[in-house]
Amino acid sequence: MKEILEIMENDARIGIDEIAAMTGIPESQVKKAIKEAEEKGIIRKYKTVIDWEKFGEEYVYAIVELKVSPERSTGYDAIAKRIAKFPEVISVRLVSGDHDLSLLVKGRTMKDVAFFVAEKVAPLERVQSTETHFILKTYKQDGDIFYEKEESKRLAITP
Amino acid sequence: MIAEKVQRIPPSGIRKFFEMVTGMDDVISLGVGEPDFVTPWPVREACIYSLEKGYTSYTSNWGLQELRDEIAHAVASDYGIAYSPEDQILVTTGVSEAIDLAMRAITNPGDEIIVVEPCYVSYNPCVTLAGGKPVSVATDPSTHFRVTPEQIEDKIKEKTKAVVLNYPNNPTGAIMKKKDLEAVADVVVEHDLIVISDEVYDKLTYDGKHMCFASLNGMQDRTILLNGFSKSYAMTGWRIGYAASTPEIIGAMLKVHQYTMLCAPITAQMAAIEALRNGREDMLVMVREYDRRRKLIVKALNALGLDCLEPKGAFYAFPSIKSTSMSSDEFAEKLLKEQKVAVVPGNVFGACGDGFIRCSYATSRDAIKEALERMETFLTPKG
Repeated sequence: MKEILEIMENDARIGIDEIAAMTGIPESQVKKAIKEAEEKGIIRKYKTVIDWEKFGEEYVYAIVELKVSPERSTGYDAIAKRIAKFPEVISVRLVSGDHDLSLLVKGRTMKDVAFFVAEKVAPLERVQSTETHFILKTYKQDGDIFYEKEESKRLAITP
Repeated sequence: MIAEKVQRIPPSGIRKFFEMVTGMDDVISLGVGEPDFVTPWPVREACIYSLEKGYTSYTSNWGLQELRDEIAHAVASDYGIAYSPEDQILVTTGVSEAIDLAMRAITNPGDEIIVVEPCYVSYNPCVTLAGGKPVSVATDPSTHFRVTPEQIEDKIKEKTKAVVLNYPNNPTGAIMKKKDLEAVADVVVEHDLIVISDEVYDKLTYDGKHMCFASLNGMQDRTILLNGFSKSYAMTGWRIGYAASTPEIIGAMLKVHQYTMLCAPITAQMAAIEALRNGREDMLVMVREYDRRRKLIVKALNALGLDCLEPKGAFYAFPSIKSTSMSSDEFAEKLLKEQKVAVVPGNVFGACGDGFIRCSYATSRDAIKEALERMETFLTPKG
């Protein structure tokens, strides 16, 4: 157990198969040990560490999902347009599914974003509920992959 | 011990440079004759899926019917020519195999085959191995590296059997317009010749549409059309291509193919089906990118004083280095040693290629820019 925890302490996302290969413990046992550690609260939680400083921007982004009640005659437009006026709001979209509007909100800190949602958006008359998802890491955006790109493994000279 | 026929084939001029580059660090290569893109993901994914489903067997010697249907459909919609997928299309392991098959299918001992140079390195050896005699026609910048009917006619003799055309051309990037090809077609009819038309770069045609030789009036039955997936779909390592011609010629090529290659690998055939069905968008994105690089490199080469025509196809620039009074070999060797930039000396592609170098722009824009900066340093007089 200790060895597994030590490995996982440095890499929460490491695969069970890899831990098994590294320790010589059968996969089924690794799986069982991790489950046990989770249940006993030995493993508190899994989180992602992000180097925002390296990114060079101190901004925090969140996807905020809203349930709103549409207005007669204007539907969702009036409330969507009202929300779109806030400079903190990067995008506003009407979406299908169990919420109605999806916002992208930008702030300096998580607190900024959370208070913006609590003080400016949630109190709006037609807003029934809000759900805020902070963006932890961007892997791909606008079709561009953020991690190291695949490179062709070509020979230096070919006919 | 070694067969004379094989002994007569000179060692590859590219090999020497490859060996020089190997082991050198920090080399920027403009010497690569293949896309720098990895095969589009949907094509790779389709291949992985086919493996999961257990497609690991031989196929018919002809290739998978589904693939031949797609090829027939693609050629018909691109060029308006109908080939029967039953007996006029043969799937090969790349155009390389198709070149060999075409030569062996039509060449009798001593037959002469006209090869327009500068050209891809396989044609001449394949003619020799097939027992024929390659006859070179030299093109130059004065005709934009387009072959003229007079040049071909000059070389025609009793034993002349065929002409090899490769437009868009490796290494010059030249294309032939409809009227240029029609003029060649007249000679072909007059002297009853076959044309082996390697059109593997057809999709990489800029500023206009590619003209398929077989689509010219009366030429379909005289043409062995060769094409593949390597360049257009970034699938060089898959080794997959095809030949299209009359049932008689394709039947003869099939005979050689079935006793040598048997069939093209099924995984590559599965990938090729996907490329034809859903690869067009990815292909066009790559072509657009090559086009941007093409413009970048031609402008920069000319600015360096290396006269370079604008290539209209493929992904090569073929500048003249005559202003340096070095031979191609000398230039390429010095450039590699002094500035660690790899290019291919033009004489590798035929004697008339001497005085030129081939610079592939199938490499990232950053690499192209860096290479050209190094070339500038190389060309600037020292002290």
